[in-house]
Amino acid sequence: MNELAELVPYLGKHKPRAARAVVILIALVAPLIAILFGRTWVRVLDFALLYMMLALGLNLVVGFAGLLDLGYIAFYAVGAYTWAFLASPHFAEAFPAFAAGIGAADGIHLPFWLVLPVGAALAALAGIILGFPVLRLRGDYLAIVTLGFGEIVRIFMNNLNYPINITNGPQGINLLDSMNLFGWDLARSIKLAGFKIDSLFFYYYFFLLCVVGSILFIQRLQISRVGRAWAAMRDDELAAKAIGINIRNMKLLAFSLGATFGGVAGGLFGAFQGFVSPESFSLMESIAVLVMVVFGGMGNIAGAVVGALILTALPEILRHIALPLQQALFGQVVLDPEVLRMLLYSLAMILMMLLRPKGLIPAHARYSRPEFVAAGEARA
Amino acid sequence: METLLQQILNGLVVGSVYALVALGYTMVYGILGLINFAHGEVLMIGALSALTTITALMGVAPELPPLMLLGAGLLVAIPTCMTVAFLMERLAYRRLRGAPRLAPLITAIGVSFLLQTVAMIVWGRNYHTFPQLISTTPIQPIEGVFISPVQISIIVVSALLMFALVTLVNRTRLGRAMRATAENHRVAALMGVDVNRIIALTFVLGAALAAVAGVMFASNYGIAHYAMGFMPGLKAFTAAVLGGIGNLAGAMLGGIVLGLVEAVGAGYIEDFTFGFLNSSYQDIFAFVILGAVLIFRPTGLLGERVSDRA
Repeated sequence: MNELAELVPYLGKHKPRAARAVVILIALVAPLIAILFGRTWVRVLDFALLYMMLALGLNLVVGFAGLLDLGYIAFYAVGAYTWAFLASPHFAEAFPAFAAGIGAADGIHLPFWLVLPVGAALAALAGIILGFPVLRLRGDYLAIVTLGFGEIVRIFMNNLNYPINITNGPQGINLLDSMNLFGWDLARSIKLAGFKIDSLFFYYYFFLLCVVGSILFIQRLQISRVGRAWAAMRDDELAAKAIGINIRNMKLLAFSLGATFGGVAGGLFGAFQGFVSPESFSLMESIAVLVMVVFGGMGNIAGAVVGALILTALPEILRHIALPLQQALFGQVVLDPEVLRMLLYSLAMILMMLLRPKGLIPAHARYSRPEFVAAGEARA
Repeated sequence: METLLQQILNGLVVGSVYALVALGYTMVYGILGLINFAHGEVLMIGALSALTTITALMGVAPELPPLMLLGAGLLVAIPTCMTVAFLMERLAYRRLRGAPRLAPLITAIGVSFLLQTVAMIVWGRNYHTFPQLISTTPIQPIEGVFISPVQISIIVVSALLMFALVTLVNRTRLGRAMRATAENHRVAALMGVDVNRIIALTFVLGAALAAVAGVMFASNYGIAHYAMGFMPGLKAFTAAVLGGIGNLAGAMLGGIVLGLVEAVGAGYIEDFTFGFLNSSYQDIFAFVILGAVLIFRPTGLLGERVSDRA
């Protein structure tokens, strides 16, 4: 939060409390402003929050622990498919006899507060499964192997409809349950005193809560023993080992914690979207999350948040500006939105590395704890 | 028995394409320590630019013999790919020499996706039919085992190109400069080698091989599209690692071995897993091999380089 507050012009430097209030205010009223431009924009904000969770989780792995993970979206997929399996009619369709036997003729519909932890745990497990074999790998080799892991998971999603139909193959799973907080269905719009409150708002504030929770947790984590061990490991693995840091455990912890965030975000995504298919978990999405982290600034919470926000919103804004513009100029659409998005991401990656390798908001020195940095600067 | 022979033959064909692409990875890695993630995309650009040339020529002069058309396609594809590779080295990678390890890799991923996007803009998203100018009608050298002329030419052309490259690297002045640069940039420079020129040349040479590989790949499957380079690229990288990255002979061996494992594996996976997995899992082999090699024998089959570099 502090890091985000520092970004507010003027106030960030001089009145930290006011700056924090501004950040909170912006977060709270953002969807109310967005709705003025149409429902799509609230939806974009919802997705931005999901991507923030992903970017925060990936930032743990890439930014804090220095392990470049190109298969991160696999954990998102694990979370989403867990939701799809445990909260949709799919189970009954795949195993009609068995489902009828246990009294679940219309599929399993477990409540949200049970499914989400299960998804998170499974994702964490997947993180450890990935982590073990790659313990000895570093740098670019690690990146390629994690990429392979992501692809393997995608191939399984695409093909595990035979001989047992678990993922329903390329079509994916439909009709997922929406989120239900103790009897309150988030997907249903509410009419209140003549006003219709769109369900997108409920999702927004719920996701916001999740993101804020994640930020607070990660902030504590970063300055904890674990966070410092990660920083030491990232900067020099050998030295870290020499001062008694258990590299193996720290790496596994980074992978599994990062994966947990992915799993939670995946569950939320499944519930929000209502369907899952392998298409949402392609390598491009892994790269997209990585670009958000890199663009914002590796190893930096504010960077992950801002990176995710900008890179989710910008393609949408471009879509609304560039399409009519192209129509007007050429009379046809030359670059469709998907192309624009890919162009934007790939250029962001290349140009950022060439011109500003530390990202939009460079991470503070070794410890992001402001008082440490300030003390260090004062002494120097 | 026929099935096994047939799968081995198929593996050899695919494997020699992998080997050609793997050479590009391994040369660049040997000299710069960089995984040129975008190398697979060079293959794609080779195939698609050849496709455009061939289609255009067929429109203008349909009476040209097929081999001439294919030659013309190659004549355009090779320089196009060389230019692309030259530009990516000059504009992106050169400025990142000496940057922290992750920066060049992230840039390479960016370049890879940029090339795919550009290809999507130029050639569209659709699958294109690649004209099969060399006959794909299979012949039977042994009863029950089929091979088509295009597959034979793939094996022959790859072998010739690999031989040419090895001769170039081992027998010529230029090759000696390349080996010296791979050994140590600074000392090579002191010996009068223009290191920047050699590095650019390495990229360009690799790209030329990838261009040919792309045309062969497309001719074999009869299909070309903007994302076609990604999987062969990854697999060729796997092949390079399998053989021992930085090692030319290793890349060729790795390519062939990977092709064989993949083809034979895909043929028998259903029997081995009792029908649970089938040949749609073919792509998994490469990733599993990659992981296993890096974990158990990071130097690869023939490599002597240590992989422990962060």
